Amino acid sequence: MDLTGKRITIHDMCLRDGMHPKQHQITVEQMVKIAKAMDDAGIPMIEVTHGDGLGGASVNYGFPAASDEEYLTAVCKAVTNTKVSALLLPGIGTVDHLKMAVDCGISSIRVATHCTEADVAEQHLTMAAKYPDLDTVGFLMMAHMIGPEELVQQLKMLEGFGANCVYITDSAGYMLPDDVIERVALARAELRPETELGFHGHHNLAMGVANSLAAVDAGANRIDGSLAGLGAGAGNTPLEVFIAVCDRMGVETGIDLFKAMDIAEDLVVPLMDHIVRVDRDALTLGYAGVYSSFLLFAKRSADKYGLSSRDILVELGRRRTVGGQEDMIEDLALDMAKARDAV
Amino acid sequence: MSDKVKAAIIGPGNIGTDLLVKAMRSEVIQPVWMVGVDADSPGLARASDMGLKTTAEGVDGMLPTMAEDGVQVCFDATSAYVHAENSRKVNAQGAVMIDLTPAAIGPFCVPPVNLNEAVAAKAMNVNMVTCGGQATIPMVAAVSRIQSVSYGEIVATVSSKSAGPGTRKNIDEFTRTTASGIEKVGGAKSGKAIIVINPAEPPLIMRDTIHCLTVDEPDQAAITESVHEMLIEVQKYVPGYVLKNGPVFDGNRVSIYMEVEGLGDFLPKYAGNLDIMTAAGLRTAEMYAQEILAGTFVPSMV
Repeated sequence: MDLTGKRITIHDMCLRDGMHPKQHQITVEQMVKIAKAMDDAGIPMIEVTHGDGLGGASVNYGFPAASDEEYLTAVCKAVTNTKVSALLLPGIGTVDHLKMAVDCGISSIRVATHCTEADVAEQHLTMAAKYPDLDTVGFLMMAHMIGPEELVQQLKMLEGFGANCVYITDSAGYMLPDDVIERVALARAELRPETELGFHGHHNLAMGVANSLAAVDAGANRIDGSLAGLGAGAGNTPLEVFIAVCDRMGVETGIDLFKAMDIAEDLVVPLMDHIVRVDRDALTLGYAGVYSSFLLFAKRSADKYGLSSRDILVELGRRRTVGGQEDMIEDLALDMAKARDAV
Repeated sequence: MSDKVKAAIIGPGNIGTDLLVKAMRSEVIQPVWMVGVDADSPGLARASDMGLKTTAEGVDGMLPTMAEDGVQVCFDATSAYVHAENSRKVNAQGAVMIDLTPAAIGPFCVPPVNLNEAVAAKAMNVNMVTCGGQATIPMVAAVSRIQSVSYGEIVATVSSKSAGPGTRKNIDEFTRTTASGIEKVGGAKSGKAIIVINPAEPPLIMRDTIHCLTVDEPDQAAITESVHEMLIEVQKYVPGYVLKNGPVFDGNRVSIYMEVEGLGDFLPKYAGNLDIMTAAGLRTAEMYAQEILAGTFVPSMV
C-alpha cells in the first residue's frame, strides 16, 4: 500500500464518542484541558457533544455532567486553531439544537442517521448548508448493514441535501478492510469530486487502524479516531497509533505525534472509568455487528437480571437493532429473564 | 342512514384509507367524501369504489356541496403544512376538524386521557398529537394521575416502511409535538420524545418505551394498578396495545415497555403507529358524533 504524500484531516472523538464509556460524565474542565492540549498538538478537528449527539441528555441514553451548550461554549472559547464539531441525530436532536450549537461557535455539524434512513436528515442538512462557513457533514451509521451500492445511494442523498462531506461509519466495529475498501472506493467514484469522504471506525475487532488505512487508500480524506481510543465499545480507532502509522507511511496529518501520545497517556487514560479495550463484550459487538454504545447498557442489564451480557448482545444483533435503541436492552433482558425463570 | 354523522376524509394516502376502512364499520360515523389532490391516486379510486364522493381538487373541490351533503366532521390526514388552511375552510362550512397531522393548532386529544374534556370544550379543531404520542401519553398519564411526574420521556421505534415521507421530511415536528403532548396531556412537568426508525425485515412492530421520573418515591402498587387500568382503556380501540414489560422501578424512575400491533385494516399489522392514530381519530370523531346526534353539540360555522 503506497500512501506517500496523501493529506488527510484527522477528527478526534474523545469528547463525544468518549462520552459513552464515561457515561457522559466528562466535566467541562476536563474537556477544556484536553481540547487545549489537542489544539497545541495540531489536531485539526475535535467533536464535543453528548455521546448521542445534541439533545442526547435523557433517561434513555444518560444525563450528562453538563449541558451541550456549556460544553460547546467552553471548548469553542478555549481553542484557537482546532475546529469544533457537534453531532446531531435526527429523532433525538432538532434544528433548534443545531442553531444553539452554531451560536456556541462550532465550525462543523455532523448529522447522523442509520445507513438506510438518510432522508430524515434533510431538514437539518438543508438548514446547516445555509450557514456560509459551517462545515456540513452527513454521517451514515452502521454502514456494514447494507452493501456498497445501496450505501452510495444514501450518501448521494446527503450530498443532495447540502453536505460538503459524507461519512461511512462502522458503528459496530464489524467491518474488515475489504468491506471498507469496497464501500469507500465506490463512494469516491460516484460522489462529486469536491465532496469530502470520511471513515469512522470502532476498534471492536482491533481493525481500527487497518480499516482507516484501507479507507485512505480507497479515497477517504477524513478519518475519525480518538486519543487512547476513548469511545464506545472497544473505542474508536486509537489515534496516536494511527498518527504514528501515518508518519511511517508518509501520510500527512499535520499532527505532532509525541504531543498526541502524551495527551493519550497523561490526560485521556487517567480519565477512564474502565480501561477501554477489546474485552469479551466489546469483541461480541464487533463479531455480532451491534451498535457500540450498547456495551455498558448490556453489562448493566446483565448484572441487574443475572444474565450474560454476551447473550444479550448477540440477541440484539440477531434482531438487527440500530443505533438509538438503547431502550430495547432492558426490555430484552426482562424477556430473557422471564424465559429463563419459566424453565 | 340518518342516525349517522356524515364525515369527510382529507388525504387518500395510507392513513386516510385506513381511517376510511375503520370508519365504514362505525355505528355513528358515515364517510361520504374523500378529498385528494392527485386524480391518479389509488386512494381516491378505492374510496370511489366504496361509494364515496371524491375530488382531486383538494378541499376546494368539496366545499361547494359540503354543507348540502351534510358533512359535519372532517379528518385531515395530509400534512402539517396545509392543515391550517384546510381547517379554516371546513370550519367555515360548519364542520369539526379532527387533525391527524402534527400541526397542532387545536387542543390535543388523547382519547383515554382527555377525550371527554376535549369534546366538552366543543372545540372546532382538535389535534391527535402524533402516533408516538397516542401510544405513550396514556401511560405517562397513568403514572402522573398517581403522583407528580417531574419528567416524562418516550422512545418510539417504528419500522422504516411505516415512516412515511411526511414524517421523514419533518421529523422535528414529531419530537416537538410529542414532547408538548407529554406535558399538556400526559401531565409531566417537562417532556422529551425520541423517535428511532428501524429498517429490519420483516418489519418490526411499533415499540414504545415510557420513562417517568417521579418527584417522590414511586408508589409501586398504585402505579402498577393504574398502568393496567389504562392498558384496558386503550385496548378498547387498539386491541393490539400490549404491555411487554414493566412497570420497572429503579429509584424514582418508572419504565414501561409497550408494543403496538395494528388491526391490519388497510395498513399492515406491524404499522401499529399508524393504526393507533386512525383508531384514536375515529374514536374522537365518534364522541363528537354522539354529542351531535344527542343534540348536545351543534357544530357552527366559524
